[in-house]
Amino acid sequence: MLTFRELEFKMAKSSTSDAQALFRSLRSAYAATPTNLKIIDLYVVYAITTAVIQVVYMGIVGSFPFNSFLAGVLSCVGTAVLAVCLRIQVNKENKEFKDLPPERAFADFVLCNLVLHLVVINFLG
Amino acid sequence: MLQPLNLNRIHRWGLQSPPASHRLLPCLIQPSMADPSEAKGEGSLRKAFGGVLGVFILLLIGTLAFSIRLFSVIKYESVIHEFDPYFNYRVTQFLTKNGIYDFWNWFDDRTWYPLGRVIGGTVYPGLTLTAGSIWWLLNNLNIPLSVETVCVFTAPIFSANAAWATYLLTKAPPSHQFEVKGTGAGLTAAALLAMVPSYISRSVAGSYDNEAVAIFALIFTFYLYIKTLNTGSLFYATLNALSYFYMVCSWGGYTFIINLIPMHVLLCIVTGRYSSRLYIAYAPLVVLGTLLASLVPVVGFNAVMTSEHFASFLVKCQEVFIILHVVALVYYIKGILSPKMFKVAMTLVVTIGIAVCSAVLAILIALVASSPTKGWSGRSLSLLDPTYASKYIPIIASVSEHQPPTWPSYFMDINVLAFLVPAGIVACFLPLSDASSFVILYIATSVYFSGVMVRLMLVLAPAACIMSGIALSEAFDAFTRSIKFQLPKLFEASPSDAGDTNRGTQDEPTKVDNNTPTEKTETTAKERPSEKHRKKEKKKLEKGKEIKEKGKENTDKVSNKPLNAKKLLVLPLEASAVAILLLLILGAFYVVHCVWAAAEAYSAPSIVLTSHSHDGLHVFDDFREAYAWLKHNTDVDDKVASWWDYGYQTTAMANRTVIVDNNTWNNTHIATVGTAMSSPEKPAWDIFNSLDVKYVLVVFGGLVGYSSDDINKFLWMVRIGGGVFPHIREPDYLRDGQYRIDAHATPTMLNCLMYKLSYYRFVETDGKGFDRVRGTEIGKKHFRLTHFEEVFTTHHWMVRIYKLKSPKNRIRGKSKKKTNPKTTSKINSNKNVKKNPWQ
Repeated sequence: MLTFRELEFKMAKSSTSDAQALFRSLRSAYAATPTNLKIIDLYVVYAITTAVIQVVYMGIVGSFPFNSFLAGVLSCVGTAVLAVCLRIQVNKENKEFKDLPPERAFADFVLCNLVLHLVVINFLG
Repeated sequence: MLQPLNLNRIHRWGLQSPPASHRLLPCLIQPSMADPSEAKGEGSLRKAFGGVLGVFILLLIGTLAFSIRLFSVIKYESVIHEFDPYFNYRVTQFLTKNGIYDFWNWFDDRTWYPLGRVIGGTVYPGLTLTAGSIWWLLNNLNIPLSVETVCVFTAPIFSANAAWATYLLTKAPPSHQFEVKGTGAGLTAAALLAMVPSYISRSVAGSYDNEAVAIFALIFTFYLYIKTLNTGSLFYATLNALSYFYMVCSWGGYTFIINLIPMHVLLCIVTGRYSSRLYIAYAPLVVLGTLLASLVPVVGFNAVMTSEHFASFLVKCQEVFIILHVVALVYYIKGILSPKMFKVAMTLVVTIGIAVCSAVLAILIALVASSPTKGWSGRSLSLLDPTYASKYIPIIASVSEHQPPTWPSYFMDINVLAFLVPAGIVACFLPLSDASSFVILYIATSVYFSGVMVRLMLVLAPAACIMSGIALSEAFDAFTRSIKFQLPKLFEASPSDAGDTNRGTQDEPTKVDNNTPTEKTETTAKERPSEKHRKKEKKKLEKGKEIKEKGKENTDKVSNKPLNAKKLLVLPLEASAVAILLLLILGAFYVVHCVWAAAEAYSAPSIVLTSHSHDGLHVFDDFREAYAWLKHNTDVDDKVASWWDYGYQTTAMANRTVIVDNNTWNNTHIATVGTAMSSPEKPAWDIFNSLDVKYVLVVFGGLVGYSSDDINKFLWMVRIGGGVFPHIREPDYLRDGQYRIDAHATPTMLNCLMYKLSYYRFVETDGKGFDRVRGTEIGKKHFRLTHFEEVFTTHHWMVRIYKLKSPKNRIRGKSKKKTNPKTTSKINSNKNVKKNPWQ
């Protein structure tokens, strides 16, 4: 019979090994996605990073022109969300959208971004 | 097959129109497979005919919606009604005269003297901008309509638009599964909305108020949301956000949308209906919608924060936004991982997540609990707890529109729809899709809120019309189908074969299954509900009356469920005929009631009153008479004090500065006026003099029996004044718990300014001073005014205007009486009497 400490140690080891296995399988599954989707994912990561940087900056400096802060953060979050929508629509594995030509999805994406940035520029002050 | 039906077809991409057979009129049946080419020609002709008829019916519905609201223009004149529309009219006048930049930055110094009001930041600009642009467009086309005409007729135009929007909302999808009947349900719902009395009451010609435009924006936003949910198109998501922006501009009720949609998303997630279309419908709306809502100055940062406390940062829609992202991530990972790995991932995430979430929740709760109202505003708190307003905020409680409705008002306002709604709810459940769950949620929440505040019955009306439209259309469909199927049999005069289910005969178009027809004869599956005759018909069901129909997914699309044959109910001929007749009579009752309500109950402009007596029609135009007198006989800079009800009308029609008006944003200022009205003459004169008031306006209905006069509103003056200035005590004015003005009234009541200004010289009218509203003779009949002088009383004594007398001149040489030291000490020792701050 294992002591309590040995049991704990074993559980910790198994959970870390589980985590490693999980990480590896995630990585391998993700490597299989096509390149255009990976580009969109990169764009999303970039947008979110910019938003995080802005929030950190606001935490340091204060939120005085609050509308500028909101406009900046929401433009980053907004374009990330729209990119995710584009990714959903362009993804070939997604059966609901197989009738949709990717050009149409991209045109919708551009239009929505146009409206978003128009509003952001207006709100920026 | 037990999967939930996935009926969200994507066949509306771009300009692709749905297959021909899906657009037929409700009672037409798909042609048989025997002659395909001939059937196709027939089908397209029928489709064209159906389409044209549908457009024509829509035009008629729009005309109906417009014309039923014109009763007030016909019976009275083209004038703006009530109180709030006068403010909107004045703002629109300013906009058309000075342009949009001046309007956006306008600081109004003609109201709330001496505080003023920032119009640009406190008004919902949607209505005024809409009417202003219509006026500008018409004027540029050289159609010289005046601003007043445009304002008066804006509401009927937009109610026609709202009826069309209801058609779109009902057709597109809650009845999407009833594809052949979608158009029928839409038309019925649109026709019901065009006439529903609750909507008419707030959108008559002349009722130039926010709701006139806002209800159209509400329905249109819901339509675009459902369209996005069904098609998953980002284009419609953008349009949805823009329509939401229009709604935010128009009315404070936009919070209903921004709370209902997250609730629906949460419901879909919880019931396992998450799909990527849900993400596309909701996520862009949150981001774009928050940004757009923050653009409107009235809303500002309230779109992002629930209270002034910055740390309580999250509004409900943003919380659901986060939840949606978590769910989306979970589904994505589930898709790319194997099941075993996914389980491992879940356990890891759950353990970490619970720890983090509990920490965040603890911090949030601590912050929110530290603010006094826990982050909610007064009005929304009163929605959740209906008794909140009457306990804490007398101003909110005093507005009659904020009272809970009575049962009869439901039947007055939505009439027949009240009991068609449950049938519609059942019909929405039958195949439950995302869109029908949304409509069900909409009607459930709107029924709750309408039970709290009468004014919100308006939000219930479109939901009730949609549900009733679906129910009625379903019922008609079942009955007409029965008749159509059985009519040829009647003329054939052949014995109906009870056991013969395969009726593929050549002389009648039949519904034939694509595959081999299976002999399913269970009576339980897919019965079309006929709400009135369900019990009767269950007994009459026989095997031979069941028909199978080709599934809705026909040859054009890949049929997912070849065995999903919908069995449609066919009822006996006589019963269907009688049922159709009864439903038509029901509709007739509804129409008669709506026209009566529009003509008699909701068309009064309330600025002009009429009464029928034995010698004809009397018109009481006293309000406009008084405002015109003010306009012509006083200086432009004179200040007029009255109770807050009349503020908007005074500034709009008389063009004089007022102290308080209907915006009621400053309770202390209103309490000051209320105190002045409840005090004796000298203190009241002091208060008014400190506010630079020159004229006092009082509305009095005792001579003609007009019951909404200031004496009846006096209890609110006392309560609101007493809430801020404690020396006004309500029991001082009550005798046996009632406000009385006859001989038994309290001396405080008989000496207060409101009594004196209302009844000054009243005894000269009939010698006894009989007040027709209160039904008694007045208490103090002969008295003089010391600090005020009467300058104008209208023809029927309804509006009385008084001027403040200037203080007496000091006489040189005479010295003031010395104050007695004994009396001063007596005053100081009496600490129980609250000190009047005005003395």
